[in-house]
Amino acid sequence: MTPALRLLGIDKRFGATVALDGAALEVAPGEVHALLGENGAGKSTLLGILGGLLRPEGGRMEIEGSPYAPRSPREARDRGIALIHQELSLFPHLSVAENVLVGSEPSRRGLVDLVEARRRTRDVLAEFGHPEIDPETRVGQLPIAARQVVEICRAIAGRARVVLMDEPTSSLQRADVERLFALIRRLSASGVAVVYISHFLEEAREVAGACTVLRDGRTVATGPLASLTNEDLIAHMVGRSVDTRFPDRASPTAGEAEIEVRGLVSSPAVREASFTLHRGEVLGVFGLMGSGRTEMLRALFGLDEADAGTVRRGKREGPARSTPARRLAEGLGYLSEDRKGEGLALPLSVADNVTLTRFSSASSRLGVIDPRRQHAQAAERAEELQVKMRGPEQPVRTLSGGNQQKVALARLLHQEADVLLLDEPTRGIDVASKAQIYDAIGAAAAAGKAVLMVSSYLPELLGVCDRLAVMSRGRLGAARPVAEWTPDSVMEAAIGT
Amino acid sequence: MKRDLRQRVFRLGPFVGLVLVIVFFAVASGAPERYLSAHNLRVVLAQTVIVAVGAIGMTLVIVAGGIDLSVGSVIALTGVVCALGLRDGWSPVLAVLSAVAVGALVGLVSALAITRLQVVPFIATLGMLGIARGAAKWLAHQSMVDTPASWVNELAVTVPPAPWMVFAPGVWIALTLALVMAFVLRRTVFGRRVFALGSNEAAARACGIAVERLKLAIYSVAGLFFGLAGVMQMSRLRQGDPTVAIGTELDVIAAVVIGGGSLSGGEGSIMGSMIGALVMAFLRNGSQQMGWPTYVQEILIGVIIVAAVAVDRWRHVQGGDE
Repeated sequence: MTPALRLLGIDKRFGATVALDGAALEVAPGEVHALLGENGAGKSTLLGILGGLLRPEGGRMEIEGSPYAPRSPREARDRGIALIHQELSLFPHLSVAENVLVGSEPSRRGLVDLVEARRRTRDVLAEFGHPEIDPETRVGQLPIAARQVVEICRAIAGRARVVLMDEPTSSLQRADVERLFALIRRLSASGVAVVYISHFLEEAREVAGACTVLRDGRTVATGPLASLTNEDLIAHMVGRSVDTRFPDRASPTAGEAEIEVRGLVSSPAVREASFTLHRGEVLGVFGLMGSGRTEMLRALFGLDEADAGTVRRGKREGPARSTPARRLAEGLGYLSEDRKGEGLALPLSVADNVTLTRFSSASSRLGVIDPRRQHAQAAERAEELQVKMRGPEQPVRTLSGGNQQKVALARLLHQEADVLLLDEPTRGIDVASKAQIYDAIGAAAAAGKAVLMVSSYLPELLGVCDRLAVMSRGRLGAARPVAEWTPDSVMEAAIGT
Repeated sequence: MKRDLRQRVFRLGPFVGLVLVIVFFAVASGAPERYLSAHNLRVVLAQTVIVAVGAIGMTLVIVAGGIDLSVGSVIALTGVVCALGLRDGWSPVLAVLSAVAVGALVGLVSALAITRLQVVPFIATLGMLGIARGAAKWLAHQSMVDTPASWVNELAVTVPPAPWMVFAPGVWIALTLALVMAFVLRRTVFGRRVFALGSNEAAARACGIAVERLKLAIYSVAGLFFGLAGVMQMSRLRQGDPTVAIGTELDVIAAVVIGGGSLSGGEGSIMGSMIGALVMAFLRNGSQQMGWPTYVQEILIGVIIVAAVAVDRWRHVQGGDE
């Protein structure tokens, strides 16, 4: 039988980062195929290429035996590929019917046939078991779960032959998940192939017949799901050779408690997080995408609203709800996972970026900054972290990703924060910079700082941290010494089977 | 249900504002029969035509998430083009059509800068503001262009050429075009894609909408209206003036915004924009009737713009949007 979809040797890079390195995927007509892998394994990139959003640098794709190389989402759709996005991509100002049928509106001579549009939308909604959604409602007024229903209905209404779903259940309630699975089975029965990305193995087993595991952009395993145990799958997902150098950490003498967080809640992402962070220690937090790991840091730093919980510093105990300005004053430093979006002021110089949170170190009492002092201070920090730059006046925008990240970290060091909250400190940077950042984290801990490091890259957590806790579905588990964890036990805790 | 009702009431917001303005001045002027007289109504409507026609095009652009700052200059340029044609003995129809076509061409060029050169609309059309103004002065040799008498000169006069018309022909043209474009925006595939583009550009692209081509169409169609506004401007002055309509783009944008348009795209309606244009015209006219100095009008219009948008934001929060 000709496969519905066949991909061979797909390559894709983003700058210096290799996202896909010869990935392969083969899906039979009517098959539900789970695409598994850790964060950053290349799953979403692969779907983006299939959906015409990204173009591969190499490799071959075929749909039902004929070559396929989409240059746009439109072409992908015309070839019968429907992509349901991880991030909702709806039109909040338009009605449900318009959202479902956009791009293929029923029309006569340019006029939208409203009656037909409503009828088709109502049919699709009923088919999906949501007849209560009114095709006339503006999507901006629907709850999140209903919005995803609309998004899925859009793919179905397009009469796709292959439906690609990127974590479709992440914002659905259990009842909606059941309906989605029933629908996937119905799609499959009618000969539509479904490629399904999920972090949750049990979910994948419930709905998919076959699977492909990606690791570091390569296909490392493929076959019927029934022939692979969860242990096999996890081993395939994490079983990489650790090729990164980690600093030799002298076994830490647990210092005093620097910060104690109790019962932190920040709806909806963080349901319960408690931990104690000691001076001179690196505490790692592992979690999959959507586990609430980033939101926990944001709530703690006052960027998101905390609904409940307390934070104790030394003898003083206060509510978890705070503001970034107050947290900064209390000696907390925060490194955002979104370097370009909120981590750095890209057009500004290295000197401005490094000294941003503590201009006072280089300014007079009247607030006039002395550029010479500012540049000298920034240059010193940059040298500590081995930032490759022409000088402190260079705009951060022109640095490589790894050097940008070092500048972001240099700011925290310059700020002389006692508590470093690091969210994905090595995301998307080269191996050499990673090693330098690990060294800097180790040095900060050795100097008595308390470091909380959130990451979705397990080997670095196991290599750098003293203790590790796992976050899953909004709950932070107990922190245990790194030696007591194995990659498999971490994954199991994260997947929460 | 309750929310539906409330939404509907809120959607009438600009209209309620218009009624309030009219009632206020009718009472405050102490002579409602004069303020509400047929003659005064003619004056106000004839004054509104230019901004109203421009606002039809601007609604399209703003709903799509864009902006066009070149309107005032385009009005001057197309007015000059129309006047030059008439002076050189072209048929009035040809002169008007070329002015409108020049408007569309200018819009197309702005859109090419936006799509091909990746210049944001604010900057692309800011540049066009200078280019079109310069071109107008160049074509007109930096002076007024006088025109021979023709029906074009009667388009936006206060008292219509024939009594049965009641209002100036330009008023009827503006009203007809507003109805047509309201229908286009609401009911055609093109119109709904304009809303989709303004609502979420990335999603529009992912849904297979040819975003670049759509933008070219939007700015060109808007340009048609700016060109027609230029014809109306020329008609009012009865000559082509390359220095006219400086700052008119701000009135046009204000009309759209008062009428419920959102500068972040996805929202706005032609009828709302028409009401927005009328609110400003009645306010100006009323202040004149009251003998208030022009600075009072300017301050009042400024306050109204901010208040209209603030009410709009509040309506969103109340209505549970976003």
